[in-house]
Amino acid sequence: MASKEITRILATDCGSTTTKAILIEKRDGEFRLIRRGEAPTTVEAPAEDVTKGVLNAVGEIEDLEGIELLNDAKDGVNVSADGDKGVDIYMSTSSAGGGLQMTVAGVVKSMTGESAQRAALGAGAIVMDVVASNDGRLPHEKVADIRRLRPDMILLSGGIDGGTIDHVIELAEVVRAADPKPRFGVGYKLPVIYAGNKDATDAVAGELSDSMELKVVDNLRPVLERENLGPARDEIHELFMEHVMAQAPGYARLMSWAGHFVEGEWKQLPIMPTPGAVGKLIESVAKNEEIEVMGVDIGGATTDVFSVFTSEGAPVFNRTVSANLGMSYSVSNVLASAGLDNVMRWVPFMMDEADLRNRIRNKMIRPTTIPQLLEELIIEQAIAREALRLALIQHRELATGLKGVAQERTIGDAFEQTQSGGTLVDMMGLNLLIGSGGVLSHAPRRCQAAHMLIDAFLPEGITMLAVDSIFMMPQLGVLSEVHPKAATEVFDKDCLIKLGTCVAPTGPAKKAKVLATLKMTRSDGSLEEHPIEIDRIELIPLGVGEKVQAEIVPAKHIDAGAGLGEMWAGELEGGVVGLILDGRGRRPFELPEDEATRVAKLQEWSKALDTYPERFLSMGGEE
Amino acid sequence: MAFAYTPGLRVADVTIVRKERRLPLTGETLVEKGQEVTAESVVARTELPGNVKMLNIANVLGLPPSDIPSILIKSPGDAIAEDEVLGQTKGLWGLFKNSVRSPIEGTFESYNEITGQAVLREPPIPVEIDAYVKGTVVEVLGNEGVVVESRATFVQGIFGIGGEVRGELDVIVESPEQELTADLLDDTCKGKVLLGGSFVSSATLRKAIDIGVKAIVVGGFDDKDLKEFLGYDLGVAITGHEKKGITLVLTEGFGRMTMAHGTFDLLKARKGMLASVNGATQIRAGVMRPEVVIPVGEDIVSSSTEDKQAGAMDIGSPIRCIRAPYFGRLGKVLALPAELQVLDSEAKVRVLDVEFEDGEKATVPRANVELIEE
Repeated sequence: MASKEITRILATDCGSTTTKAILIEKRDGEFRLIRRGEAPTTVEAPAEDVTKGVLNAVGEIEDLEGIELLNDAKDGVNVSADGDKGVDIYMSTSSAGGGLQMTVAGVVKSMTGESAQRAALGAGAIVMDVVASNDGRLPHEKVADIRRLRPDMILLSGGIDGGTIDHVIELAEVVRAADPKPRFGVGYKLPVIYAGNKDATDAVAGELSDSMELKVVDNLRPVLERENLGPARDEIHELFMEHVMAQAPGYARLMSWAGHFVEGEWKQLPIMPTPGAVGKLIESVAKNEEIEVMGVDIGGATTDVFSVFTSEGAPVFNRTVSANLGMSYSVSNVLASAGLDNVMRWVPFMMDEADLRNRIRNKMIRPTTIPQLLEELIIEQAIAREALRLALIQHRELATGLKGVAQERTIGDAFEQTQSGGTLVDMMGLNLLIGSGGVLSHAPRRCQAAHMLIDAFLPEGITMLAVDSIFMMPQLGVLSEVHPKAATEVFDKDCLIKLGTCVAPTGPAKKAKVLATLKMTRSDGSLEEHPIEIDRIELIPLGVGEKVQAEIVPAKHIDAGAGLGEMWAGELEGGVVGLILDGRGRRPFELPEDEATRVAKLQEWSKALDTYPERFLSMGGEE
Repeated sequence: MAFAYTPGLRVADVTIVRKERRLPLTGETLVEKGQEVTAESVVARTELPGNVKMLNIANVLGLPPSDIPSILIKSPGDAIAEDEVLGQTKGLWGLFKNSVRSPIEGTFESYNEITGQAVLREPPIPVEIDAYVKGTVVEVLGNEGVVVESRATFVQGIFGIGGEVRGELDVIVESPEQELTADLLDDTCKGKVLLGGSFVSSATLRKAIDIGVKAIVVGGFDDKDLKEFLGYDLGVAITGHEKKGITLVLTEGFGRMTMAHGTFDLLKARKGMLASVNGATQIRAGVMRPEVVIPVGEDIVSSSTEDKQAGAMDIGSPIRCIRAPYFGRLGKVLALPAELQVLDSEAKVRVLDVEFEDGEKATVPRANVELIEE
C-alpha cells in the first residue's frame, strides 16, 4: 500500500511553563505554518498530566481553524493513515520534568574532569559539581557534597587506558560511600556511567554494580591527547529519556500518540528533549547551506548555545547549556555572575545602583512580568547582553571535542587545558547567527534584537543575523528528521526572520580612522560607497530578500572577512533591519571607561540603529 | 489565550491549610490518622547514614594493599569504637607490632585491596520532623510522614530567607507604611514573630537576631542589604537553608514597599496568636513561596463569602501591580480589553484598565498584575 501524501503535520513542544502547538499544511505546493496554539503546561498539580496541556494547545488550533485534529473522544491526537480527518504526522518535544542535573568525576580536574564536564554539558545536562582526586576536598567532604546535591546521574571517568587505576577506584569508592538518592522515583537505583580507564572496569563494577545502575561505555579520554565523548553523551541521553523525562506525568501516553503511518504501518516517533531538537535543526541548516551557524536560545532559566563550526574540514556540532543564565528565574544570577558594572555599562543613561539591584530582584521574584516603561525595557536588554555574553564565554570554553575522536590535541595543548575551549568558535568564520527566546524574538523593534546580538556576540567580518519568530525551532528540529522538505520550507518562510547582514572589520588598527570601505552595487545598478569609520555604527537600508554586490576593502592589518588587508568580494543580503556597518572594532571590544563618554557613545550607536525612541535621551538622572 | 490567568499570592483570613511533613528517607511515622498534634509534636523519625571517614590502612602500616586483609581484625559490617584496633602486623617474634586504630566510632564498612583504603562510617544521624502547625493528621504517608491539616489564617509572601520557625505574633509598628526600625525592638520581642510595615534594614535585622526574634514579616527589603546580610550575592532564588538565626518574609518585594493593607490588617488582628513561619522560597518551575500560618479556633469565621475560582480575573477583581511604574499599588480591574495595546516600551500586549485605591486610573499589562486571592 502506497503512503498517503503528507499534507498536514502537527507538532507540540511541552516547555516547563507553556505547551506550544503548531500546525503545518501543504498549500499551493509548499509547506507553511498555518496556525499556532498554546496553553499552560500541565505537569504539576492539579492536572499532573502533560497530555492535558497538549490537548488544550491543540484544541485552540482546532477552534481557530475550525478543523478536527483530535480523536472523537477528544482524548488524543488523531493521526490517520488515509482519512481526511486528523493529521498525517504528529510529533512532540519536551523539556518538562526539569533539566538533567549531573555530578561528574574525573581523576585530574583540568583533564578528565574537564572532559567529563564537556560530555555532560554536550548532552544537555546541568553540571552541579566536578569531583576530582585533586580538587582539594577530603574524601568525606566529597561524599557529603555528592549526597547533598542529589544528582540525577553521575558520570565517572578518569585515567587513560592502560594507566594507573588506583585513583579512579578511589573515586568509585567515594561515589559508593555517598550512595546518593535520586530526586525522582524512590524505587530505582541511581544511574552511574563509567567512562574511564578500561582496565579499571571490573574493579569499578565491583564497587558500584550492587547499589547503583552502572553502565559502562568507552573511555572518554582513552589517551591524553584525544577525547572520545560520543559514547558517554549517547548513554547520558539514553538514561535521561529513561529516568528523567519519564518522570513527567502523562509522558508515556504522549509517547503513544507521536508517530505516523508509513505504508500503512504505524511508526512511533520518540519525544525529543527540546534543546536536542533545536540542535538537530541548527545542524541540518549548517549542512544544507554549507555554512557555519550559531544559535542561541535565551530563556527564563537557562541559555543554550548551539554551533556548527568547521574543524579540519568537517563540520563540528556543539551545544552548551548555561544552566543559570536567563531572563526571569535566573536574572539575579546574571547580575551575580556578570557583576553590576558589566550590566550597567550597557545602560545609556545614569541610574542609581541600589535602584537597579532592587528592580532586577523584583523581576526575579515575579518572573512573568514584562517591561511597561521604555526605561525598564532598556535595562532588561542590558541584562540580556550580559547573559548572552556569558553564555558565549561558556560555549567557547567547552565547545571542543564533542565530536569525540575527531578532536585531536597535541601534548602541548593537553597540558594547557584552559586554552582547549576557544579553538572551535571562530566568529570571523561564522555566517549565520540565530537568536531565539522572548527577549530577542519579542523585542518591540527588530533592530533591538540585532543590536543585542551584535553587542553580546561581537560577530566579526560578514555575518547574517536572524531571529526565530515564534520559537518553532524545536518542532522543526524533529520534523527535519521525519520530513526534511517540510522542515526546511517552514524554517525559511515562517520561522526565520532575517534581520540583515552585519559587517564588522576587525584588527588592531588604532590609528586608522576608516577600518574599511564598502562599495556596493544595488540591483537597479546604482553604486554606493560607505566608509566604515572607527567607533561608529551605520545602518544602510536594505530590505528583506534584497541583495547587493559588494567589495569591502579593509585598511592595513584589518580583516573584513577575507584576511588581513585583503579585499572581500561577494553578495550581501538585507533584512528587516538592513545592512549594519559596525566600526567599533574587536579584540577586544571596549566601551569608554569615562561615564559621560560611555553614555554618549551608547546613545550615538542606539540612534544610528534606531534602537530606541529618541525620548530615551532624556532618561535617568544624575546620581 | 482564551482567559486571563494571573495567579497571585494567597492571603486568606480563614482557610484549610494542608502541610505534607515528609522524611528525606523512609523511616517511622509516630502519629495516627485523626490524631490532634501541636506544632512541636514529632510526627516521623528516621536515621540518615552516618558520615564517611576514609582511612588508608596500607599507608598507615607501610604494607602493600594486598597484604592487609590477612592482618585485619575487623570485617565489613563490624561495629567499631573510637581508637579500637582495626588491624595489626605480626611484628618480629611477636614484638614491634604495628597497629592501625579507628579514628571514629561507627561501622567498618569495607576495605579495597587495590587502593589500600578502608571506608569507616559514623553512627547514623537521627532525623525528626515535627508537625510545624497545630492541627489534625489527615493522612499517613506510609513510613515516610504525614499530612497535617489546620484551620488557619494563611499569608503567602513573595520572598523569604530562613527556615521553619514558630512564635507568638506581635505587632510593633503602627501602620503598613511605617518602617520597622531598630529602636522599636526590645527584650519583649524575644521568641516572637514580628509584623513590620514597609521596610526593614540589615542593621535592624541584626539587632533582632541579638534579641532572639524568631521571624520578621515585612513589606520590603533592599537587595543591597540582602547581599550584606547573607555575605554573598544570591544568584538563583532558592532559599530556606540559611542559618542566620532569623526567618524573614517579604510580602511585597525589594525596596521600600508599603505592606498591602489587607495583609497588614489581617495579621494585626491575629496579634498574640501562635504563628508558624517559613522563609523557604523557590522561584523556578514548581514555585514555592514563603508563608505565615496562624491556626485559629472555630470562634473566628471567614469574612469572605465569595468562593472565587483561583486565577480567574474579572471586572472588579482586586489586584496588585507588580512592576514599575505602579509597583505595589492596589486597585480593582475596571476593564479587560481584548485587543492588544502598545505600551510605553512599544511592546504590543494584552492589558487591563485598573482603578487604584486613590481613584487614579491606569492601563497596565496583564502580565504585570497579580490577583489578590481572598
